[in-house]
Amino acid sequence: MSGTTTTQRMPSYLEYKGRFKGLAGWLLSTDHKRIALLYLYSQITFFLAGVVMGIFMKIELMAPGQQIMGPATYNALFTVHGLTMIFLFIIPGLAASFGNFFLPIMIGAKDVAFPKLNLFSWYLFMGGAIIVLIGIFTGDGPPDTGWTFYAPYSLKTNTNVVLTVFGAFVLGFSSVLTGLNFIVTIHQMRAPGMGFFRMPLFIWAMYGTSWIQLLATPVVGITFIMVIFDRVMGIGFFDPAKGGDPILFQHLFWIYSHPAVYIMILPAMGAITEIITTFSNRVVFGYKAIAMSSLAIAFVGYLVWGHHMFTSGMSDTARLVFSLLTFLVAIPSAIKVFNWSATMYKGSIDLQPPFWWAMAFLFVFMIGGLTGLVLGSVATDVHVHDTMFVVAHFHYIVFGGAGLAFFAALHYWFPKMWGKMYNKKVANIGLLILFIGFNTLYFPMFILGIMGMPRRYYDYLPEFATPNLISTVGSWILALGLIIVIVNLLRAKKAPPEIIDNPWNGRTLEWKIQSPPTLENFEEIPVIDHGPYDLIKE
Amino acid sequence: MEEHKTHISSYGNHLFVLLCLITLTTITVAITSVQLGAFNTTAAMIIASTKAAIVLLYFMHLKFDEKIFRFMVTLVLAIYVVVIVITFFDYLYR
Repeated sequence: MSGTTTTQRMPSYLEYKGRFKGLAGWLLSTDHKRIALLYLYSQITFFLAGVVMGIFMKIELMAPGQQIMGPATYNALFTVHGLTMIFLFIIPGLAASFGNFFLPIMIGAKDVAFPKLNLFSWYLFMGGAIIVLIGIFTGDGPPDTGWTFYAPYSLKTNTNVVLTVFGAFVLGFSSVLTGLNFIVTIHQMRAPGMGFFRMPLFIWAMYGTSWIQLLATPVVGITFIMVIFDRVMGIGFFDPAKGGDPILFQHLFWIYSHPAVYIMILPAMGAITEIITTFSNRVVFGYKAIAMSSLAIAFVGYLVWGHHMFTSGMSDTARLVFSLLTFLVAIPSAIKVFNWSATMYKGSIDLQPPFWWAMAFLFVFMIGGLTGLVLGSVATDVHVHDTMFVVAHFHYIVFGGAGLAFFAALHYWFPKMWGKMYNKKVANIGLLILFIGFNTLYFPMFILGIMGMPRRYYDYLPEFATPNLISTVGSWILALGLIIVIVNLLRAKKAPPEIIDNPWNGRTLEWKIQSPPTLENFEEIPVIDHGPYDLIKE
Repeated sequence: MEEHKTHISSYGNHLFVLLCLITLTTITVAITSVQLGAFNTTAAMIIASTKAAIVLLYFMHLKFDEKIFRFMVTLVLAIYVVVIVITFFDYLYR
């Protein structure tokens, strides 16, 4: 490979003086790395807001009876918690932040295909977020429908559904445009010699994700507009009294929102693949199988939405079909897990913080995945539907899967993004506390669900008290771990820069350039003549 | 990277497409006065699909572009059809 020398250090993207200075230099920059950081900071802010709401909910559920809030406030809080975490943190997830930062670098490009569109996507994201926030704090109060906005209740509640739904609609545009941008970038801007099967597996995951963003998001966009039309004009798409069908809402909503789970988890799996390969010091096992499984997850994941609706009143035939399809999606997911294990087998494993994060991901993701089979089977799902079991499964997948992978990626790529290294010991301690807190918080919910405690109630029967108390204590442990992790990273970010271009002995292209990267990433576009994980002597 | 080939459609071509779209729109409106029962919806869907295909092929240049784009659009439509078919496992058997 040529053109990747790091001997002469150039001003990094953080130091580069462009047309605009100061804050404007960030808000008007079309550099994919700066846009990535804009996403990262916004997402982490929203995430922390969601965490605070979650902690308040757990305090309310600490003991039977009313603790700190009444039912209406609790309903609003779980709705806003869901909206913030889903639409503002984890759907943009790793794709918007790490995807934006590393996708062009890992394919040997100077930027994404449409840099201005990329910046516009961030503005749409923030615009949508602001509309959602206005919706929460104005009118007749925050929506109390849950983040799913199920009809017919979302048509009847007096809370501020219209504005919030419109905000989510705008957020969808941001997602679609980012997906489009990444697809074109991957097709058009790969470095010479980089065929599709020489792309790092994170890029394959991003490719699958981008297609889902492009194809599934418009469905929920139009569904939200139909809700607004129903509320404002009384058309009755979802109102049985007017010939509409509330189950149609669920179909349309989940046609997007189930693939959205893969928008969250696919980039996470991509990042985990990179981390496991790097810290195992091996060529990834089953490259093509992992690459194809990303596309298979994207495709099959598109067809399984009905497993959210087993008790909605849809036909038995549909329930059987969706149950079968749901079990099929476990296959490509398992392919990834087996290949990760095989990559680690007989590897020379380097136990660094990102690797521990990846292991934490694997552990909780397996629990999340296996409990998903309980929900994918109609016979068992009907017993635990709308119970705390679903809440536990969901958080094991979305927070334990995508969330932990988000932090794994942050620890992995932190030295590349800022040219600094965090305190590894503190990072490990933070993770350990967070991991204990996570399982203490969510595991009791599986038991509560099987015991029959329904979700989305501010109060419960006395027999559910002990697991709920344990779960609340878990939320405090988790918060403590999170504070340690974030403070550690913030302290590292303020430390003086070091020369750490490749601290992990990574083999993909981002580790061949200086840290932090220069404005155009590569002084000379590299020519690729080997696989992404091949060990090449420089 | 190889130079992008561009195709410039003639005015006559555009005009013909415009006339086709206007004619099909007229038929869409006219057909509502004919009692075809359930086939009214089918007819409307066929006409709408034809119009969409004309727009995609001529106005959006799919007909003159590289095969990969036609493949991508076909794939998207195939997924759309699959989604509709699966949804009807509910509506037809409910």
